[in-house]
Amino acid sequence: MLTFHLDESSGVPAYLQLVQQVTYALRLGLLQVGDQLPSVREVVAALVINPNTVLKAYRELERMGLVASRQGRGTFVARTPGGAPPGELPALRQDLLRWLERAGEAGLDADGVLALFMSTFREAQDRGRATA
Amino acid sequence: MTPALETLRLGRRYGRNWALQDCSLTIAPGHVTALVGPNGAGKTTLLHLVTGFLTPTTGVVRTLARVGFVAQGQPLYRSFTVEDTLVMGRRLNRTWDDERARKRLHGLGIPLSRPVGRLSGGQQAQVALALALGRRPELLLLDEPLASLDPLARHEFLRTLMESVAEEGLSVVLSSHDIADLARVCDHVVILSASRVLLGGDLADVLRTHKRLTGPRRENGRIANVERVIEARHAERQSTLLARVGGPILDPAWQVEDVSLEGLVLAYLALPSTALIAQRVEVLP
Repeated sequence: MLTFHLDESSGVPAYLQLVQQVTYALRLGLLQVGDQLPSVREVVAALVINPNTVLKAYRELERMGLVASRQGRGTFVARTPGGAPPGELPALRQDLLRWLERAGEAGLDADGVLALFMSTFREAQDRGRATA
Repeated sequence: MTPALETLRLGRRYGRNWALQDCSLTIAPGHVTALVGPNGAGKTTLLHLVTGFLTPTTGVVRTLARVGFVAQGQPLYRSFTVEDTLVMGRRLNRTWDDERARKRLHGLGIPLSRPVGRLSGGQQAQVALALALGRRPELLLLDEPLASLDPLARHEFLRTLMESVAEEGLSVVLSSHDIADLARVCDHVVILSASRVLLGGDLADVLRTHKRLTGPRRENGRIANVERVIEARHAERQSTLLARVGGPILDPAWQVEDVSLEGLVLAYLALPSTALIAQRVEVLP
C-alpha cells in the first residue's frame, strides 16, 4: 500500500503533496486500478496531520476521476491519469527548452529559474482554484 | 448546520482592563482551530468564557452540547493511579466511553496501575487528553496543551488528538505559542493580540490571500491587488512587504512568494496596536 510523506519546507500545501504522491504513484505504476488508498485515519496517524487535509486530497483525486470512494469500504483507484498524450511531450519539452534558453540569456541562474517557475506555477494553480 | 462554537461581541473586563473584547467568531463543526497570540492576548480568557468558567461582561457564547476542556498544565490528581482517574471520569460523566479511554491508554503503553505523578510529562498529557476525550465531547478546547512537552511527546499528543478528530468528527480549538507544530494539524486559525481578534479564517484561504512581495523601494503608492500591507521593511533600494492580496500581483517589478503560517502570525502580531481593528470572523467550511 502507498505510504505518504510530507516535505514541510517545500511550500506546497500538504493536501497537494498527497494528491501529487498519488498521481506520481499512478504514473509510475506503483498504484493500479482497483488498489485501495490508505484510510483517512491511517494517513492521519502516520503523518500527524489534520483529517480534513486528507479528505481534501481524496476529494480532489475524486474530482479528477482518479479514485472513487465506496461507502464504508474506502477509497479505490478508478483509473490512471491521462494528462497529455505521450506524442505531445516532445513539443512541450521544446517550448520549455526555448524558454530556459531565454531565461539564461536574460541572466537568470538555476535558482532564479526555479523560483520564477514555482511562483508562476502556484499563481496559475491559485487562479485555477479561484475560478473552479 | 449548527456551529460548534459561536461568540458574538464577547468581552470580559477585569476592573478597567479588558482581557478580551468584541470577539465575534463562528466555528463550523469538524474543524481544528488554532488560537494563537502572545501571553496576555486573551486566549485563556476566551477559552474560559467558552467553557463557562468565566461569565462574560459583554456578548454571548453558544456551543454544542458537550464541551470538553483540557486546562493549561493538564491538572490531574497526582496521587491517583491512571485506573483511579478513569474511574473518576466514569463516575462523573454520563456520556463516558470507558472502553475507548482504556484502549487509547493501552495503545500508548501507559500502565493503568501507576500513580499519575510518576508518569512522564508526555504520558500525563495523554491521560489528561484521554480523560477529556472519554467524555465524548462534541467540542474540545485545549489551553496550551503542548507547552511543557518535548518534541516527541508533542507529536504523540497531536497524533492522538488528530485520530480522535478523524474517528469521531469532533471539533477542536487549541491555543498555542508553537506555531510550527500547529500548521499541520489545524485547518482554521484565529490570531489574538491585546484582547482583540486580528484575523481568523480557513488556514488555506488565509495563506493564499497573503503574499510576501519583494521589489523596488516604494514606501507609498499602491500596488494593484494589494488590499493591505501588514508588514513593510525597507532597505536602501528594496522593499519587502507582507500583504493581504485580493488577486494575483501582475506588476513584474514585484517578486511574489508564499508565506508560512509562522511568518504570517509574526507579521500580524507586530502590527501597532492602533491598527488592531476588531472584525467579525467567520470560520466556516
